[in-house]
Amino acid sequence: MPEELNLDIFNADPITEDVSDEATEAAPKTYAPAGPALDTAAESQADLSAEMKAIGEAYAQALKNGAAAETQPRLDYAPYRSSLLRHPTKDLHHADPETIELYSPAFGHMDVHALEADLTIQHNGEPLGERIVVSGRVLDGDGRPVAGQLVEIWQANSAGRYIHKRDQHPAPLDPNFTGVGRCITGADGSYSFTTIKPGAYPWKNHLNAWRPAHIHFSLFGQEFTQRIVTQMYFPGDQLFPLDPIYQSIVDQDARDRLVATYNHEQTKPEWAMAYNWDIVLTGSKRTWTENEALGAGGDENE
Amino acid sequence: MSKLTPTPGQTVGPFYGYALPYTKDRELLAPGSPGSIRLQGTVYDGAGHPIPDAILEIWQADADGNVPHRTGSLVRDGYTFTGFGRSAVGNTGVFTFTTVNPGPTEEGAAPFIAVAVFARGLMNRLFTRVYLPEDEEALAKDPLLSSLEPDRRRSLIARRDPDGGLTWDIRLQGEGETVFLDFSDAEGASK
Repeated sequence: MPEELNLDIFNADPITEDVSDEATEAAPKTYAPAGPALDTAAESQADLSAEMKAIGEAYAQALKNGAAAETQPRLDYAPYRSSLLRHPTKDLHHADPETIELYSPAFGHMDVHALEADLTIQHNGEPLGERIVVSGRVLDGDGRPVAGQLVEIWQANSAGRYIHKRDQHPAPLDPNFTGVGRCITGADGSYSFTTIKPGAYPWKNHLNAWRPAHIHFSLFGQEFTQRIVTQMYFPGDQLFPLDPIYQSIVDQDARDRLVATYNHEQTKPEWAMAYNWDIVLTGSKRTWTENEALGAGGDENE
Repeated sequence: MSKLTPTPGQTVGPFYGYALPYTKDRELLAPGSPGSIRLQGTVYDGAGHPIPDAILEIWQADADGNVPHRTGSLVRDGYTFTGFGRSAVGNTGVFTFTTVNPGPTEEGAAPFIAVAVFARGLMNRLFTRVYLPEDEEALAKDPLLSSLEPDRRRSLIARRDPDGGLTWDIRLQGEGETVFLDFSDAEGASK
C-alpha cells in the first residue's frame, strides 16, 4: 500500500482530503508484478480513435464549407467520457460583462513568495527527473502584458504520478516533489517556473488511455472574464493524436497554442532545459486607465 | 476587436486538490463575524447526481457595492475584504463560502456575485452569476435576467435561508440547467 506510506511523508494539506474520490476508488489495491489487472470490458483506443477521427473530419468539412475556426475546446466532446453528463446542453448565453466582471481579484507578493516558482526546492533533496525551466508571458487579446497577476501550476512527477489519493497509478511518488507552484507575473507579463518534466500517466477513460505529459496552468487577467485554466504540453508528444482531452480542441492551430517550444538558447548548461510558452487571454472589455495601460498591477504600485 | 487569438482552456482535471485549495480559501471573511453570511449549494451533473470533483470561484463587490482592489486573497489577514474566494466541493458535491451580501455596484442595479465553475469532465471553465433574491424591481430590470426565459432566469437567483445565508445550486446539464455565460464579442468565434 505505497499510497498510504507516501502520503504521510508529504504532510498533505488537510484540504486535499476534501476532494478525494468516493471511498471505493480510494481502496488499496494489490498489483501483480506485471501491472494492474486490465479492465477487458473497457473500450479500446481503436474505438476512441475512430470517434475522434469522425469528429475531426466533420470539423474539416465544416471549415471547407466556410465555418469559422474554433479556438476553444468543445464542451460537448463525447470521447472524453467524463464530459457526457457534465457539459451544458444549452448554448452559452451571450452577456455583456458588468461592473465586478470588468475587474479581477488582485494578487501580490503578500500572497505568493518568490520561491514558490521553484518546484525543485520544496523539500530536503533534489527531485528525480529532468530539470526544466518553463517561462513565457501572459498577454491579453490586445497584446498587452498582464502584469502583477497570479499564475498557479500543478503537475505529475517525472514518473507520471500525482500526489492525490485518487491517483492509483502504481508509479513511485517522489518525496522531494509536490508538483505545485505559483508566481506573480512581472511588469512585462512574464512568468518563470523551475520544475521537473512531468511523465505521461495512464487514466481510465478507455483501455490503455495515457495522457500526454502536461503542466496545468491557472491564470487570471485584469478582468474576471479573462479567467482561464488550461494545460501546457511538450513538443512532439506521440500521445497527442490519442488523447481525448487534447483532441477536444478540434482545430490544429488552436491545439498548437497549448504546446511549448524548446529553447536551446535559454537552456542552462549542466543545469536545466528551457521551454517557452506564452498565454493569450481574451480581449479586454473595460476602458483602461493610463496607469493600467502602462502595465502596473497587483501590489507592485502600492 | 482582439488582435491575438486566445489560448484554449482545458479541463481542471481530477488532481487539483493539492494545488488550488488553500487555507481559508472559502472564507472571504471570518465565519461568525458581523455581516457574514454563508453561500452554499450543490453542483449536479446531467443525471442529477452531485459532482464530487468540482471547484468554484466567486468574485464580488463588498456590502457597499465597491469593487475591491486589495491583495491578500491567498494569505488572508482576517480583516481585509478582497472579494475573491475559492471552494472545492466535498464528496457530496457541496460548496460553502463565508462572505457578505454584495451591494449594488450602481444605483438601482441588481446585486450579484460572479462565479467561475471548474470540474473534472468539464472541458473549459464556465462563467455564471448568482443574484440576491430581494430587490425584485432591480432583478426585473437587470439586462441579463430580463433577456432570459422565466424558467431559466430562476437558475441564477439564490434562495434566502432562514439564517440569512444564501443557497444556490449549480446544474451543469439537463432539467433546470444553470445559465452559463459567454462574454466573447458577438462576432468572435471563441465560444
